[in-house]
Amino acid sequence: MLDDFFVRALIAGIGIAVMAGPLGCFVIWRRMAYFGDTMAHSALLGVALSLLLDLNLMVAVFIVAAAVSVLLLFLQRRGALSTDALLGILSHSALSIGLVIVAFMTWVRIDLVGFLFGDILAVSESDIDIIWGGGILVIFAIVYLWRPLLASTVNPELAEAEGMRPERARLFFMLLMALVIAIAMKIVGILLITSLLIIPAATARRFATSPEIMAVLASVIGALAVTGGLFGSLHWDTPSGPSIVVAALALFVLSLLPIGRRRLETASHPTPGGHH
Amino acid sequence: MLNFRSPETTPLVRLNNAGVSRNGRWLVRGVEFSISPGEIVTLIGPNGSGKSTTAKTAIGVLKADEGYVERKPGLKVGYVPQKLAVDWTLPLTVERLMTLTGPLKGREIEEALSATGVLHLARSEVQHLSGGEFQRALLARAIARKPDLLVLDEPVQGVDFSGEIALYELIKQIRNRTGCGILLISHDLHIVMAETDTVVCLNGHVCCRGTPQAVSQSPEYQKLFGRRAAGALAVYSHNHDHTHLPDGRVLHADGSITEHCYPGDGHHHDEDGNVHDHGEDCGCGPHTRLHGFEVKEKRDA
Repeated sequence: MLDDFFVRALIAGIGIAVMAGPLGCFVIWRRMAYFGDTMAHSALLGVALSLLLDLNLMVAVFIVAAAVSVLLLFLQRRGALSTDALLGILSHSALSIGLVIVAFMTWVRIDLVGFLFGDILAVSESDIDIIWGGGILVIFAIVYLWRPLLASTVNPELAEAEGMRPERARLFFMLLMALVIAIAMKIVGILLITSLLIIPAATARRFATSPEIMAVLASVIGALAVTGGLFGSLHWDTPSGPSIVVAALALFVLSLLPIGRRRLETASHPTPGGHH
Repeated sequence: MLNFRSPETTPLVRLNNAGVSRNGRWLVRGVEFSISPGEIVTLIGPNGSGKSTTAKTAIGVLKADEGYVERKPGLKVGYVPQKLAVDWTLPLTVERLMTLTGPLKGREIEEALSATGVLHLARSEVQHLSGGEFQRALLARAIARKPDLLVLDEPVQGVDFSGEIALYELIKQIRNRTGCGILLISHDLHIVMAETDTVVCLNGHVCCRGTPQAVSQSPEYQKLFGRRAAGALAVYSHNHDHTHLPDGRVLHADGSITEHCYPGDGHHHDEDGNVHDHGEDCGCGPHTRLHGFEVKEKRDA
C-alpha cells in the first residue's frame, strides 16, 4: 500500500539519483569527493542566509555553494596552501558561520536535524517540479559539456592544447554541483548528499566499460538505492535519508562480490603479465 | 629528399623572445624558434631546462609572460603530454581514448591504431597497457585527428630501443604523408630523431641550435646503435659552458658564478671549439645572441 507522500518521496528521490549519477562519476574520476563535502557543508550557511535575508532556500544554498567553489578556485590559483587544506578551512568555517548566524537569530527556531539529514517524506508537489525541472537541466548541461569535461578530466593540458577550455568546463561543473546540492539538500540532507553522489558511481565502476555507461549505470544504481532505502525505511521505520545511503552501501558491497569478475578481467586483459 | 619547407609558407607557430615565469622565477626565457608545415623541430636539454614549458607555451597551454607567440589562425594541434595518468576509476578503452577531444570515424580510428601498431589493443582499458603500449595509443590519438602541428613530449619514453626506432620511423612517415609540422621533445641530450630539421637546446634559455649529424655518417655511432638505428637516429654534439645550480645561480666553465643566466650564455659546439669566456665584466652585453657555428655535415648528401 503506497501513500501519497511515499509516492512523492519515491519520485523526488529517483529524480535526485538520476542527476547525481553522472555528476558523481566526475566527482570520483576527478578525486573531488572532499570538494563535494565542502560544498554540501557550506549549504548550512546558505540556510542561515536564506532565513536572515528572507531568500528562497534553494536559491540561497545554490549561491553560497557556488560562491564557495569560486572562492576555492581563486585560492587554488594563489597556490599558498594545498587543496585539501583549503577545503578543510572552507568546509568547516562555512558550516560554523552558518550555525553562529542561526544562533544570533533568536527569533527563529530551525529544525537543524532536518537540514543535516533531510526529510524526503515531507516532499511537496512543487518540490517535485523543481527536482525534475532542475534534473532535466542538469542532465542536458552534462550531455552538452560531456566531451570537454571528460577530456579535461583525463588531462586538462591536453584538452586545452586541442582547443577546449578546461577552466570553463570546471567552472560549469562546479555550478552544476552547487545546483544539485541545493536541490538535493531537502531529500538526503547536508551530511549525506556526497554519499548519493559517490556510492552509486563507485558501484557502477565495477560494471562499466566506458565513461558513458558508467554515468548511466550510476543513475540507475542510485535510483535502485533510493527505492530500496525508502521501502526499507517504511518497513522498519528508520529515517529515510540514512536508509537510502545504507541501501546504496548494500549495493556497493554486492558489487564487490567476485561474481562474474573473472570473466570481466580476462576480457580486459588480453595479454597477462604486461600490465602494471 | 622532399623539402616541405618553402619560403612562402607562413610558420604554424613562432615564438618571439618568449619567456614564462612562476613565482618570480623564470622557467624559460628568450626562446625563439618557429615551426613550419613539414618541419621537425626537436627540443633537447637537461631536466628542468624548460622543454615542456616551451612546448606548452608554443601551443597556448601556458601564456608567455614575456615576448609573444604567434600561431596560425585555426591551428589544429595534436598533443602527447609527457605525463598522463588516467585514474583507475575511469573506464577508458583505447578506442574511447581516440575520440577524447573530437569525433572520429571508425575507419580513422583503425588507421591510426594500426599505424602505431596497437590495433589489437583497441578494446583494452588504458590502465592495463604497458608504458610503451600506452605511448603508442597516445600517439595514435594525436595523429588520428589529422593535426597541422603534432607536439610530442618525450614520445619514446618507456619504449624499448627497437620500438624507439620504429616510432621515429612512424613519425617520419606521418610527416611525409601529412606534411604536418612536428615539435618533438627528446629525452636524450645527444641523440635525436634523424629527420630533425632544427635542434633547439634549452637550459632556461636557448643554449644553442643547429642541425643534427646523421648517425649513418659516423662509423662509431653506427657501430654503437646498429645499422637499423643509423637511419632513424642522429647525433647532436654540443657542450655547454655553464651549469645551472640548484639555487638558481649559474656556474660557468671558468669557475665563475653569476646570479643569472644571460641570454648569450652557453652556446658552443665542440665542433667549432669556440669557448665562451665569462670574465668578471661579463654582462653578456657585447656577446652576440648565438654564435654562428657551422655544422660540418650535410645531411642530404
